Amino acid sequence: MLTKRIIPCLDIKNGRTVKGVNFVDLKDAGDPVELAKKYTETGADELVFLDISATEERRATLIDLVRKVAAAINIPFTVGGGISSLADVDVLLRNGADKISINSSAVKNPNLINEIAAKYGSQCVVVAIDAKQIDGEWIVHLVGGKVPTELNLFDWAKEVEQRGAGEILFTSMNNDGTKNGFANEALAKLSEIVNIPIIASGGAGTMEHFAETFINGNADAALAASVFHYQEIEIPKLKKYLKGKEINIRL
Amino acid sequence: MKIAIIDYGAGNVQSVLFALERLGFEGIVTNDWKTIKKADKVIFPGVGEASSAMKMLVNSGLDVLIPTLKQPVLGICLGMQLMCKHSEEGNTNGLGIFDVNVVKFSQEVKVPQMGWNTIYNLKTPLFEGIKENEFMYLVHSFYASLSENTIATTNYEHEYSTALKRDNFFGVQFHPEKSGILGEQILKNFLNL
Repeated sequence: MLTKRIIPCLDIKNGRTVKGVNFVDLKDAGDPVELAKKYTETGADELVFLDISATEERRATLIDLVRKVAAAINIPFTVGGGISSLADVDVLLRNGADKISINSSAVKNPNLINEIAAKYGSQCVVVAIDAKQIDGEWIVHLVGGKVPTELNLFDWAKEVEQRGAGEILFTSMNNDGTKNGFANEALAKLSEIVNIPIIASGGAGTMEHFAETFINGNADAALAASVFHYQEIEIPKLKKYLKGKEINIRL
Repeated sequence: MKIAIIDYGAGNVQSVLFALERLGFEGIVTNDWKTIKKADKVIFPGVGEASSAMKMLVNSGLDVLIPTLKQPVLGICLGMQLMCKHSEEGNTNGLGIFDVNVVKFSQEVKVPQMGWNTIYNLKTPLFEGIKENEFMYLVHSFYASLSENTIATTNYEHEYSTALKRDNFFGVQFHPEKSGILGEQILKNFLNL
């Protein structure tokens, strides 16, 4: 049986791991390669690296990091942040990334999803969607949740699936950084309207939150950063706990 | 040992190279007939879309070479699917090494299957030291049905061939290079054939 995935997310700035609370106020939480190795050894199912620095020179740093990570670990990983062209995708995949994640660039140029899927296959295209619930409606936001768009989360999710996305990484801006649990209602609705895997992100605080997002939110995977980086939740314990809840988990 | 990794413009060859490095081997990424023919082992990787990958194989003449190889050949993911008779993805013929067709999962399950699933009914020395029902990492929307060539099974929607073998040709749907220590063990087993 296919198992639910636990995915630590490493936010990267200038080659170092950082994690902000509500995407602002960044703190240094260690060396990405060391963290990646540690997570692999403790049973992470996959890793996500989000590059949040945004200048030209950081590209070279990121590519170097991707190579180092790919050489060091034997589980799949996704790279996102600032990817806006097929050329960006090409260089990351060639250096060992398994999947790439696009966010703002997909909203600005939805055709990019089609292009990447056609060239490399849907399985390597993750579309990250940051959304905030405003007056009952889930609105897609850009730039780490700062800039609202006119897109409705569910319409956009459908569209990215039709364009060839292989997976959706949904971050609820209402939940992110709160440690009060994932946005399970929206997640369950997403799983109903699209037929590609959904990664839940934003709000992990306790082991119960992970169980809830798999059971009530129907998420295929759950992503978290600070609870793992600061060892508030240890992955082996978490996975044992989830297994005890009769959730399919790789132990 | 000379290990050729077939380069036809599709696929994440870097991950395979790194996995070989972790095992203490060096691979040569190549589309050169002579190099491939002389290699002790040949790895045929691939991610992407079947019909366009097949076109690239045809354009480089590799579609003629691969079925004639005599040394152990390992197709990974799309590489394995291209070694089958036909793929529904882009409605393309494959290399016809394995006597089975590749078809798409239905809408009853999420497509692609993405993540860790178990492999069982393991046959052949490719799985030496691997227990039944260990987890491997899979990412795919199309699958090869069960056949006489099946040497490992996975269940997603229903049972299908997660590994195939005919003569010196092996194919795995999962990614041994991304499946932790056990995946690396399977790669090692292939290199030891």
